[in-house]
Amino acid sequence: MYEAPHIVLPKINGIHNVDVYIANGGYSAYRKALAMSPDQVTDEVKKSGLRGRGGACFPTGLKWSFMPKGNEKPKYLAINGDESEPGSFKDRQIFEENPHQLIEGILIAGYAMGIKTAFIYIRGEYHKWVDCMQTALDEAYAKGFVGERMKQTFGGDYSMEILVHKGAGAYICGEETSLMSSLEGDRAYPRYKPPFPANKGLWGMPTTINNVETLATVPPILAMGASAYASIGAAGHSGTILYGVSGHVNKPGVYELVTGTLLSEIIYDVCGGVPGGKAVKAVIPGGSSMPPLRGDELDGVRMDEEYLKKIGTHIGTAGIMVMDEDTDIVAVTLRIARFYHHESCGQCTPCREGCGWMEKVLHRFAHSNATFSDIDLLYNVASNIEGNTICALGDAAAWPVKGFIEKFRGEFEARCRPDRSLISLNVVHGRRNTAETLVTTLT
Amino acid sequence: MSTTFSTDELQSIEALKAKYPDPKAAIMPVMWMAQKKWGWLSEDVMQEVARAMELPYVHVLGVASFYTMYFKKPMGRHHVQVCTNISCMLRGGEALYAHAKDRLGIGHNQKTDDSRFSLEEVECMGACGGAPMIAINETFHENASKEQMDALLDACT
Repeated sequence: MYEAPHIVLPKINGIHNVDVYIANGGYSAYRKALAMSPDQVTDEVKKSGLRGRGGACFPTGLKWSFMPKGNEKPKYLAINGDESEPGSFKDRQIFEENPHQLIEGILIAGYAMGIKTAFIYIRGEYHKWVDCMQTALDEAYAKGFVGERMKQTFGGDYSMEILVHKGAGAYICGEETSLMSSLEGDRAYPRYKPPFPANKGLWGMPTTINNVETLATVPPILAMGASAYASIGAAGHSGTILYGVSGHVNKPGVYELVTGTLLSEIIYDVCGGVPGGKAVKAVIPGGSSMPPLRGDELDGVRMDEEYLKKIGTHIGTAGIMVMDEDTDIVAVTLRIARFYHHESCGQCTPCREGCGWMEKVLHRFAHSNATFSDIDLLYNVASNIEGNTICALGDAAAWPVKGFIEKFRGEFEARCRPDRSLISLNVVHGRRNTAETLVTTLT
Repeated sequence: MSTTFSTDELQSIEALKAKYPDPKAAIMPVMWMAQKKWGWLSEDVMQEVARAMELPYVHVLGVASFYTMYFKKPMGRHHVQVCTNISCMLRGGEALYAHAKDRLGIGHNQKTDDSRFSLEEVECMGACGGAPMIAINETFHENASKEQMDALLDACT
């Protein structure tokens, strides 16, 4: 059933249907897991080299091993399907095309960590895909693959309940601690870590939060074996990734390819190049919060976390946004800053205020009314947000702004007015400094 | 129209509350129910949600105001959402939004006088591969053009 690179989204018609899924070997990976001990399953995932697909690339097996072993307290699994990162549209493909593989992955994860309740959190805008997932879950319940009846279906003493929870439009809920606040029925404010969710998560109990794509990758790992999976793709970041390509390409869409695929290959071969044969000016490799790459830097760039880290960016959610030579970089930066200003939850001052300031300063550039010192001001504000907030939204807002200034400083300079004085806008205040102006003002 | 849940609805609310380890977690699905029934979350509706959830009104207000998809004022029967985030912007999303504003004569988060339409400039909806995209109520329309938008709006009654 699993042939690289089509592991998460196999090319099988109707695989979203439970019967087709079973006919193609579905739920056999879970049976295989049941024959192993929970710790062996976690070890297998560790050995596979699977890293989280939600953006942070944290090793999944390691995350699972943080969960306490005992069963004296309830433990929870939250599946992050909030997918709100601009440029990222891969999880909805899993909800629509292969939801049972996600359910099977949830069962395997639950068995490995001794979790009996899981919540699939899907963003509110995904009405259709919430329905797709709910339909698949109902099918799985009806077949006795989920819930109390699992014990008869698969044997053994393990069972799990899965619930679909629909969000209501807040980017911040994709942040794991914010997702927990949202799920608990509060305003979705992120929480400070530590304590980490594995110690104190949902309702104060040990909790693991995994991305949808991460868990959908778990059944193939069990089915083909950790070493076979680890041999796919790039060293240090193995497997396949659902790359979501958008912007100025001829064939935008979600493509499952191995990690370490050349970015130029994705843009030109897989996505058919840039419309009108134009040159590429910039590429954001992993969703709007990742630092961009310049068009002349793309040669030899490989799409895996280890490579991208070396050149100063990250794979993020693998949402590749391509911009052609005619793109207005200042307008793009402003749009990104506006997005983060809108989505900042307002809890930490540097992010709440700083994102607003970045947007305001960028407006000056957009109207060609900035001063040269505004470039430094903008960079300074971004640097003061980065690392100074509870959650990563602050970094996510700062990185693209800093990245665009670093890579395209000329575009920002071109929007500065050389004739605009650098002194304070308050004339009296600005002139007070010199005796000469004081004399002129008095006389 | 009285702002109270029916007995059946109260029963399904109790069932929802029982699904979570803490009943408070049912607040989001219950607000979705309320919005479906009354169209938007007025103060009376939120008071009713608070009663059904056995939570303080101020908590319901706090949660409702955190999320953009819970309407805090009446919206049109056809809620038109146009994305202008990066991927859509690169492929003409802003022109599409300007066209929607012109055609409907309303701006962001406003509704027409006859309550037929409301308009919202939305942030990324996760349809970047089909940019530019618009959504009318719960349905996505990808690779949208002005002509297609006109046809869709004409078909709304």
